[in-house]
Amino acid sequence: MARDTFTKAECLYDRYVRKTKVEPDQVSTHYCPGCGHGNVHKFVAETIDEMGLQDRTIFISPVGCSVFGYYYFHLSNVQAAHGRAPAVATALKRAHPNSIVISYQGDGDLAGIGGNEMLHAANRGEPVTMIFINNAIYGMTGGQMAPTTLLGMKTATTPAGRTARNEGGPIRVVELLSKLDGPVYLERVALTDAKQIYRARAAVRKAIQNQVENRGFSLVEILAPCPTGWKMDPVDARHWIEETMMQVFPLGVTCDRTKEIAPSEAKPVPFVHTDLRALLDIEDESEGFAPNRTHSEGVERGVRLKVAGFGGQGILLLGQGLAECGMGDGYEVSWLPSYGPEMRGGTAHCHVRISERPIGSPLVAESDVLIAMNRPSLERFLPDLVPGGTVLYDSSLIPDGVARSDVRAVAIPATQIANELGSPRTANMVMAGAFARATELFTVDHLKASLPRFVKAKATLAVNETAIDRGAAHMEKLLETVMT
Amino acid sequence: MKLMKGNDAVVRGAILAGCRAYYGYPITPASEIAESSAIYFPRVGGTFLQAESEIGAINMCYGAASAGQRVMTASSGPGISLMQEALSYAAGAELPFVLVDIMRAGPGLGNIAPEQADYFQVVKGGGHGSYRMLTLAPASVQEMCDLTFEAFDLADRYRNPVVVLADAFIGQMMEQVEFPEARHELPEKPWAVGPEAERRDNLISSIYLEPDDLEAHIRKLYAKYAVMEREEVRYESYLLDDAEQVLVGYGIVARVLKTVVDDARRKGIKVGLLRPITLWPFPTQAVAALAKQAREFLVVEASMGQMVEDVRLAVSGRVPVRFHGRVGGNVPTVREVLNLLLPHDAGTGANPITGSKAPEEAIHG
Amino acid sequence: MSEPTRGPKGRVEIKSEECKGCGTCVELCPQDVLLLGNDLNRMGYRAVTYKGDGCTGCGICFYACPEPGALSVYKIKDKALA
Repeated sequence: MARDTFTKAECLYDRYVRKTKVEPDQVSTHYCPGCGHGNVHKFVAETIDEMGLQDRTIFISPVGCSVFGYYYFHLSNVQAAHGRAPAVATALKRAHPNSIVISYQGDGDLAGIGGNEMLHAANRGEPVTMIFINNAIYGMTGGQMAPTTLLGMKTATTPAGRTARNEGGPIRVVELLSKLDGPVYLERVALTDAKQIYRARAAVRKAIQNQVENRGFSLVEILAPCPTGWKMDPVDARHWIEETMMQVFPLGVTCDRTKEIAPSEAKPVPFVHTDLRALLDIEDESEGFAPNRTHSEGVERGVRLKVAGFGGQGILLLGQGLAECGMGDGYEVSWLPSYGPEMRGGTAHCHVRISERPIGSPLVAESDVLIAMNRPSLERFLPDLVPGGTVLYDSSLIPDGVARSDVRAVAIPATQIANELGSPRTANMVMAGAFARATELFTVDHLKASLPRFVKAKATLAVNETAIDRGAAHMEKLLETVMT
Repeated sequence: MKLMKGNDAVVRGAILAGCRAYYGYPITPASEIAESSAIYFPRVGGTFLQAESEIGAINMCYGAASAGQRVMTASSGPGISLMQEALSYAAGAELPFVLVDIMRAGPGLGNIAPEQADYFQVVKGGGHGSYRMLTLAPASVQEMCDLTFEAFDLADRYRNPVVVLADAFIGQMMEQVEFPEARHELPEKPWAVGPEAERRDNLISSIYLEPDDLEAHIRKLYAKYAVMEREEVRYESYLLDDAEQVLVGYGIVARVLKTVVDDARRKGIKVGLLRPITLWPFPTQAVAALAKQAREFLVVEASMGQMVEDVRLAVSGRVPVRFHGRVGGNVPTVREVLNLLLPHDAGTGANPITGSKAPEEAIHG
Repeated sequence: MSEPTRGPKGRVEIKSEECKGCGTCVELCPQDVLLLGNDLNRMGYRAVTYKGDGCTGCGICFYACPEPGALSVYKIKDKALA
């Protein structure tokens, strides 16, 4: 592009007033003589000016020598923790899709401590611009090894030179990222001679242009001199990049899908705040669902219930269903599950409390009622049943009964009944029906009416209702036997 | 009214409060928060993203908060440990967001059962530097919703991260919940970064190179924390007016202790419960006032004793402070705590309610 | 700040107080019209100076210079104004 003037970019401050107050010099950067950061700042700033992006750009300063990027860029600035800039960039861009987010990072920040953040931002194809300064050394902390330090290179922490055996070899970022599907544009450039400097400038420009056109993730790796860290004369440092560094880090484009992606406009996201109750599935269901229980006089009604069985029997759902029904009847309820690996294999159990008073502990250490749907569950939880309590057990799976004489043991052939219904998974609802009839905390009809609140598969409502009826009927028959 | 898990209620409370971004990483027993968020945040035009790690997730919160969004994440002990770095940065840079910690048992991988041993790393600050985080401790599913909702207002009011510190029981249990009215308007954040000309000068940073500058900044933070200590202390008192013994517990333990108080009162023992709702700021003055009236304190936690240190500081040696803790996923039971309540029979050492002797090994301090 | 120096096709303006004397511009100037001066600036660097003529306004030194504002380059089209 033919230009007539080459002057300091508008989006760089005239005077660096954000540099510390006691620093008298507010017109030159904090970078060492010959450092590459200033060149790249210039490329970024110039592009922002030319594209009119000053009011839209958010610049992220990392930890490293460019930690003070905000001294220079008159833009919205965010300073991020070491290595975390790609994560910060991700959320900034998603919060303001119409902003231009530039994450400007060094090699330690991007390829070392922040390797994971960089990798995943690239893999997600976050439509941001990442500027990666590779100078093969930790500059700010005083010349220690970077992930990109060359083999044999002496640094403060590799005094005898980096070895493949001890530290591994240098990481080639743009080659690494090119194996991912996420990035749109990856290129390595170098600050060496005039030709390469112009290429570097063009690459920065393209990486920002891609974001303006909302094409996707772009990263430019810039081989930049660190004369201080390398202990070299600034001019020699640029020669060293050309002669040595570029042998390990070849220049060029490793990924360019720019043309495959149509430009689009990233629009701000509106704040939706109406109809939230419907969207959040929290519309009040209790309307038209009036409590139909009669409040007891004197005696407090309620239950401390434990439900237990093996994974797949719908143990947690059974407990939840009883709690749902209790809540619909105006009781205070709580439901507490076993969770984690337990529920994916072995046993499952839950604690349910249904009470007329606010519930203190939701933990059922001592139960009034135990529903046991296999033998290990019975054995585990029977000792917690209070004397005089009730155990409802699946007699199809526990044929030999209950070894305690101080409790009421009720045999419900739940699995057998469920199998008769052609739906083995409804054994839990057989038990629920038996529980409702046995405790009379709520009616069997109400339990059936509650089904849609906890059974999501509407096609199974009918068979579940039948299962509840069969369980209740079985209980009824047992009660009659006791009475007569 | 809905029957709902604590973890699910958190998500509803957050969205009703105007939170529109969730960045998280799954971990038992907090995963339902991420799973529910994955459904509901996109439904309301919000962002849900499963990050690459807890480090990624919390730094995304840092980014979204910088952009002025109401944003949250949730995790459990091991994940909270990883997030400490960014919490320090966020407190330093004065960024508001909400972190929900559904505590599980540690140290290390420990297990996934409930515990309350993240108190130190959350309430005392697990990250570097001088900072504080307002910490709310729900004890019911209703409070999981309500305190999460309020956490966003508090975070914005003070420009500070706010933590909802719950144990796995409160996260996993279901209870009935009534939901608050949705926030339709959110506070302006002129300090946030964004694509507008007037935000060009805005800077989100925690760097203050000069000692005087950093000291001034930290003192400014602490002036803010002093306001929190004055205005935001919350606790629940239960039958404390004539209490000779004061039980102190939060979260699931407070629920157990309420039952203990009811059972003990029926036997004529004058015991009451103080339940801190804000763990920071801690209800220090309330505890100090009770120390003038009560004969002793019994602090109960699902940890080896963390909050008890704050109770002891507040009591300042006026009366004995005993501690009972269970760990590893065990939670103190009603019977255990009853056993620890005085007076024991002078001759046999037996507890008048349960008849059993206090298990010595369960008493620490 | 030194006075703007002029050349027939271009001119380079140097803010010597911002220059750190790294010499990159000297090395990369195709016309070889820049050189490090002998005087030290306030920071103690030997700031770059312009030989006085020969600048073509190509801008290479501008991009080679790591300091954002130390060098400015102007192409001169109308010699009468130069």
